Amino acid sequence: MDLSLYFTRQDLWGILPEIVLLVGALIILSIELFARSQRAAMLGVGILSLVIAGGFASKNFGSSFILFQGMVTLNDYSTFFDLLYMTAGIVTMVISYNYLERKGGETRGEYFALILFATMGMMLMTRGNDLVIIFLGMELLSLSLYVLVGFLRHDVFSNESAIKYLLLGAFATGFFLFGAVLVYGTTGTTNFQHIASAITNNEILSDTLLSLGIGLLLVGFAFKVALVPFHMWSPDVYQGAPTSVTAFLCTAPKAAGFGALLKVFLVAFPALHADWQDLLWALALLTMIVGNISALVQTNVKRMLAFSSVTHAGYLCIGILVLNEMGVSAILFYLLVYSVMNLGAFGIISLLEKEEKGVNFKDYEGLASKHPWLSASLALFMLSLAGFPPTAGFVAKYTLFSSAISEGYIWLIIIAILNTLVSVYYYVRLIVNMYMRTSEETLVPFLHPLLSVVIFILAISIMFFGVLPGWLIDTVTQAARIYT
Amino acid sequence: MDWNILSWLIWLPILGSAVIILIPREKADTIKFVAAVATGIQLLVAIVLWTKFDSSTVGFQFQEKVSWISSLNVHYSLGIDGLSLPMALLTALLSFLCIFVSWKIEKAIKGYFALFLLLDAGMMGVFLSLDFFLFYIFWEVVLLPMFFLIGMWGGSQREYAAIKFFLYTLAGSVLMFIAILALYFACGRTFDMIEIMAIAPTALAGKLWWGFESLKVIWILFFIAFAIKVPIFPFHTWLPLAHVEAPTAVSVILAGVLLKMGTYGILRISYPMLPDGAVWFAGALAVLAMINIIWGALCALAQTDLKKMVAYSSINHMGFVMLGMSAVVAAGAKNGTNLIAAEAGLNGAVLQMFNHGIITAMLFILVGVIYDRAHHRNIDGFGGLGVRMPIYTGIVALAFFAGLGLPGLSGFIGEAMCLIGAFPVYRGIVIVSVFGILLNAAYFLWAFQRIFLGKLNEKYADLPEINRREIFTLVPLAVLVIFLGIYPTPVLDVMKTTLSHLIEIVQSSSLLALQ
Repeated sequence: MDLSLYFTRQDLWGILPEIVLLVGALIILSIELFARSQRAAMLGVGILSLVIAGGFASKNFGSSFILFQGMVTLNDYSTFFDLLYMTAGIVTMVISYNYLERKGGETRGEYFALILFATMGMMLMTRGNDLVIIFLGMELLSLSLYVLVGFLRHDVFSNESAIKYLLLGAFATGFFLFGAVLVYGTTGTTNFQHIASAITNNEILSDTLLSLGIGLLLVGFAFKVALVPFHMWSPDVYQGAPTSVTAFLCTAPKAAGFGALLKVFLVAFPALHADWQDLLWALALLTMIVGNISALVQTNVKRMLAFSSVTHAGYLCIGILVLNEMGVSAILFYLLVYSVMNLGAFGIISLLEKEEKGVNFKDYEGLASKHPWLSASLALFMLSLAGFPPTAGFVAKYTLFSSAISEGYIWLIIIAILNTLVSVYYYVRLIVNMYMRTSEETLVPFLHPLLSVVIFILAISIMFFGVLPGWLIDTVTQAARIYT
Repeated sequence: MDWNILSWLIWLPILGSAVIILIPREKADTIKFVAAVATGIQLLVAIVLWTKFDSSTVGFQFQEKVSWISSLNVHYSLGIDGLSLPMALLTALLSFLCIFVSWKIEKAIKGYFALFLLLDAGMMGVFLSLDFFLFYIFWEVVLLPMFFLIGMWGGSQREYAAIKFFLYTLAGSVLMFIAILALYFACGRTFDMIEIMAIAPTALAGKLWWGFESLKVIWILFFIAFAIKVPIFPFHTWLPLAHVEAPTAVSVILAGVLLKMGTYGILRISYPMLPDGAVWFAGALAVLAMINIIWGALCALAQTDLKKMVAYSSINHMGFVMLGMSAVVAAGAKNGTNLIAAEAGLNGAVLQMFNHGIITAMLFILVGVIYDRAHHRNIDGFGGLGVRMPIYTGIVALAFFAGLGLPGLSGFIGEAMCLIGAFPVYRGIVIVSVFGILLNAAYFLWAFQRIFLGKLNEKYADLPEINRREIFTLVPLAVLVIFLGIYPTPVLDVMKTTLSHLIEIVQSSSLLALQ
């Protein structure tokens, strides 16, 4: 059989990072098979394959390709996301080191392999230029995550969250698939550009069905990125999942969800912007407010951060509303900064956790006097999440909100800014517990040189991108420009 | 300027803070030494700046402008004029003295001094920035160290006080940020404050937002932000609590410098950028000033906690500043172009800001001295200390008299100028406000009598006298109080030209023309 009929050498070069990840995952699984106790080796292979894949992916920066007859596009937009996922993957692997053991579980090779598979899935989601590819990527991602979430198999909460995530996630995928089917039925194609041209040339079978399809696609995405009212799964899953997995779950897949959402709505349906903008407006508003108010009353730090990430998804929705390069670049900037802050925060929480302790606000009392550097880093991540200058969180919020104001969404931004104000309370509560209260017994962190270095880098980058964001802003502007 | 003198003012304490972080925590003396050196050099630089400052020119001097975030059109832009120079001097002086006031801090020394220097840098930055983005960042940078300083080194209710302070002031900053964004978009996407000062009055003229005049919307947003900082009634409730819980040096900074950020903001931002708003709001400002004066004095009179009394006296004294600021409308044609009154009011306001910084710093340091010895601040819990601590009593007497506005001491001149300035326009309000001075005298003298006069409380028969370190922190302030009380010209000269220019800007407002 002559394969060159189906794909070219260029296609294969394009998906080289995915291939590297696949090979890496297979190597890890083989190690697991023959030398189960070699956890450090599995971790090493995992990180190494992410680094190599990242190296190949970053070579694409500045150029763009259309691969597999338009199924996949490679450009600065997708490359930006590729690197984001890989960074999140590496950090997740580092903070996973010895974590499951501390929680009474066992790290198996599958754990690392699944993170690699999930990364592949996410890459397909933002590289995809076709509803089918997006769907494939989403499934690959979700299936890996379902297993990862339930990885503490002796823990009831972990099991509960895995089941919950599986059931609701399956529903969401169903919605997405049905939406894709309706779009295909009305436009006759699943390729984004063809859908867009079908809409502009008015070659649609039924307007109603197309709208329904778009609505269902939106519901599917809303589930994945946890927009209110489709967010119910996220606090339970974030809380029940191993914290190292939560760190991954709330950063990279969320970025992938938004990346794919942006791509679908901006490439395939830009002509219908007027139709879906009211819907997104309402979603953004609801998500910000409900997320915020729910976060206010939490006693569990992981749950608080879960609701806080719901709130951040609400802010990000504002960026999608904006629908111009400025909005897209603001979203990219925000997603990156958001990922760094959350990886840092969950990373620190995970290394403070031991058995039952380390996840409640109360456990953090008096931490600062024993572990000043760790507390300072966690405080920095909290302040950045709250959008406090001069951290990167402030610049992220600023670029996002100002892009929306220049498009005239003034009321939405005023509400968003007031929401930011409310959110400060729950972030600062953690700081108050660490710094202004004292306690007999404080948490004992599991500190490992590699872990310390990673947390240090995350913290420094939050400060760096807050004080000197110029380079990153230019990068995301470039990533946003080539895409549209 | 060749050697970026303003940047040094801001970056010296940051540098000091970084050095302190690197020193091991056991070396307490080294840490204090570094802090003292950093603020000491800063004070010297500030004094050099003062001598080189040309008080006869309008506009900003020693300007520095570098592109910072080019894609957001943000610049690192600094400059100083007759309004910010007194504030910068005050900041440098009080920061330096407060290092010595904090000398006996025992808990987490490293963190304390690192945060303190950061706070110093933030305050300096607020007074020197000429770019709104930069201004906002410094404004917030001030907030954070303050939050930690109150929350970690404060009294028994410190956590509540810190959170209340934080959320209150943050609410203000957020409103300010909305206002900054509004100006940014209305003035052609620039954060440059000098440019906005030139454009804003015309750019906003006649614009309606949701049926309101845009400049009034922006004015109100800015005003609430600054009112929380000053604090202006009814936004003052965070202040007594924060003051009482904060450690002495932090109270000094809080009352001495942070409160001025509010009135400075009104004079730096609201007046020149929104002159119509200034005229429109002047009446309300005068009324609020009167409430501040009377309410602050009455509350002070009712306190049994000495520190709380001093805190409320700040609310009273800031009322005079606002009254002086409202006098600016006297310069309008509608009010008879009474330039002398307007100048008296504005100059008085800024002088009062400076003087209050000095006096209140003295008062708080003195409260700290007695608290360190007796471990309580209950005014009725002392008695007859004058016999036991004659030097301390003498300094307290000086500070109290300055606080109640005794002629010959610095407090008097500022307050008198504010009252004189406002009198032609707001006669009734000024007459009521004068009673505030009377009330001031009442609570200061009454407290003095209860603490220092009468029979010596046996419990305190062997209370040690004020020590040399404490005297060292008080002497410069006392000298300034007496010197500026007799001869305020050095400070007035610095600000005169700038404030006259400010009056001209407000004068140009159409609301002041004769109809």
